[in-house]
Amino acid sequence: MDKKTWEEKHVEPTLKRFPERKATFETSSGIPLGRLHTPDTLDANYHEQLGFPGQYPFTRGVQPTMYRGRFWTMRQYAGFSTAKESNERYKFLLSQGQTGLSVAFDLPTQIGYDSDDPMALGEVGKVGVSIPTLDDMAILLDGIPLDKVSISMTINAPASVLLAMVIAVGKRQGVEPKQLRGTIQNDILKEYIARGTYIYPPRPSMRLITDVFDYCSREVPRWNTISISGYHIREAGSTAAQEVAFTLANGIAYVQAAMDAGLDVDVFAKQLSFFFNAHNNFLEEVAKFRAARRLWAKIMKDRFGAKDPKSWRLRFHTQTAGSTLTAQQPENNVVRVAIQAMAAVLGGTQSLHTNGRDEAIALPTKEAAQIALRTQQIIAHESGIGDTVDPFAGSYAVEYLTDQVEAKAQEYINNIDEMGGALSAIEAGYVQGEIHEAAYQYQRALEKEEEIVVGVNRFTVEEENPIDRMKLDPSIEAAQCARLKAIRERRDNDKVTELRGQLATAANSDDNLMPLFVECLEHDMTLGEICHTLRDVWGEYRPTL
Amino acid sequence: MQKTPRILIAKPGLDGHDRGAKVIARALRDAGMEVIYTGLRQTPEMIVNAALQEDVDSIGLSILSGAHPVILPRIMDLLKENDMEDVPVFLGGIIPDDDIPAMLDIGVAAVFGPGTSLEKITDFIWQTVAEAEA
Repeated sequence: MDKKTWEEKHVEPTLKRFPERKATFETSSGIPLGRLHTPDTLDANYHEQLGFPGQYPFTRGVQPTMYRGRFWTMRQYAGFSTAKESNERYKFLLSQGQTGLSVAFDLPTQIGYDSDDPMALGEVGKVGVSIPTLDDMAILLDGIPLDKVSISMTINAPASVLLAMVIAVGKRQGVEPKQLRGTIQNDILKEYIARGTYIYPPRPSMRLITDVFDYCSREVPRWNTISISGYHIREAGSTAAQEVAFTLANGIAYVQAAMDAGLDVDVFAKQLSFFFNAHNNFLEEVAKFRAARRLWAKIMKDRFGAKDPKSWRLRFHTQTAGSTLTAQQPENNVVRVAIQAMAAVLGGTQSLHTNGRDEAIALPTKEAAQIALRTQQIIAHESGIGDTVDPFAGSYAVEYLTDQVEAKAQEYINNIDEMGGALSAIEAGYVQGEIHEAAYQYQRALEKEEEIVVGVNRFTVEEENPIDRMKLDPSIEAAQCARLKAIRERRDNDKVTELRGQLATAANSDDNLMPLFVECLEHDMTLGEICHTLRDVWGEYRPTL
Repeated sequence: MQKTPRILIAKPGLDGHDRGAKVIARALRDAGMEVIYTGLRQTPEMIVNAALQEDVDSIGLSILSGAHPVILPRIMDLLKENDMEDVPVFLGGIIPDDDIPAMLDIGVAAVFGPGTSLEKITDFIWQTVAEAEA
């Protein structure tokens, strides 16, 4: 029987008796899904489109054996209150089988304000840990062997300063910069687009980033110098194809900036990493990761002429989608997280964060964090999906979606190129506008019940204070201010004044700022003081609304 | 016929999560209101000043960082100092259930948690603005 006969003889009569649930079935990116995908929708050029794992174009994964060798790194994003309390949570997570750390900083730290800055009011230690000084970083990483445990830090505008803190703490622990392993997010473009923790205007911000690329290629070679992030773009409401497109367009801008600064692509490119969202539409998500890998490989090889295969590989971290979690019937979130995490694993992620079930209410409790970690461990050790490489390859539907996501993302990248690149497109508000439009249409679809969220617009129940929530001690703001005051009294303030002058001069030069950041921190200059010195020279970014 | 309400939508504190604020701003515009959106990183002083300058009928605040117990009392005090306590303030974002009574006590008119429909928020504003006018 051929497909046409099957449709006429079997599908048509069935449709007459049982119409389908919808007239059309579409993914988040507006890609139509067929009733049945068959070999005729498959681009049959296996070697060109898929290849082998660890080989160009890396559709099937960046490594030949993938999870048969080693599972992905289980890396739970955590941090709150003071360095001491966060250090305790990290040690708990490591004792429970977590394999890498991921540090969440509070907003004052992320925007370069000390805890006692008037702008920090009410925010100290809230969404992450407060780290305004080298002392705080030393406490945060106390007892954690920096040559063995890799440290990922969600820090952007002041990323280089926080990396300098880790380098300085490593020295105290007797660990050479060359042995340090970890990641800084260091992705300012998506801050302008979607996340909001920018400080400086684009030009000096891009210079800080290329300084890190250059410095780390020589001094900290095992560090991921940037984590080019689609996660927040997706959380802000983009579709899957937009997430890939805008992330890779930002990646193109960073690579171009570094090459323009005179760096060799095959020297810095292998230290680039990515960060994606694992959202609800399961098949599209699996396809999305595969499409992103293939598209980036082509960009690095063809557009930038990178020669080293390591420069072509898109290595990425994944986090499940916080914005899909519901405050209503929060236990259901455990199931959402499990499905999303499976999509990330089937898409070949290098590391994974699974969200706490209580994320729509507060930061995760210890119990919620443990269930989230257990979810990954169950997928790894019980489900068997890591036992063969890229198991969805060859699925007619998944290969079709992979091709479609790639094609849609390429269209967006072409548009952005025509506008003069990611930075111009952001300054024109194009990227933000596309994301906002998608977010608004989704919200409208929810209101019309074209999209269903279980427990929110269907299958609702009356409920009251369903689960315990994490509560933070409000006194820590005052305690952090007192600690800062003591440090400012104890240090050599003449030296600090001298260093501030040196930093301002260096900011106006082309010198790499990294060595000076380390020196400033070792003399107890605070994060806020360093960032304010640079603000005075470079000014602040002001978005157009 | 009711006059067109002018609404200030603001993001107090350092929180960068503005998806909700922007979606609400657009929904209120689509419902026929005039909306002024402040953008990120607004101090209580900046917000109250904007409300005064723009002569708004209602203020919507969105906070997801947990800073509301410190920031909201400041805003409500400043509104009082400026004789604006009759301007209804509504709050959205991540506001835990057990924090809501304290917010209502200091004069917040309503707290809209995750999952609230746009229709509910829009209806609420039409109603409170009409009541404030009457």
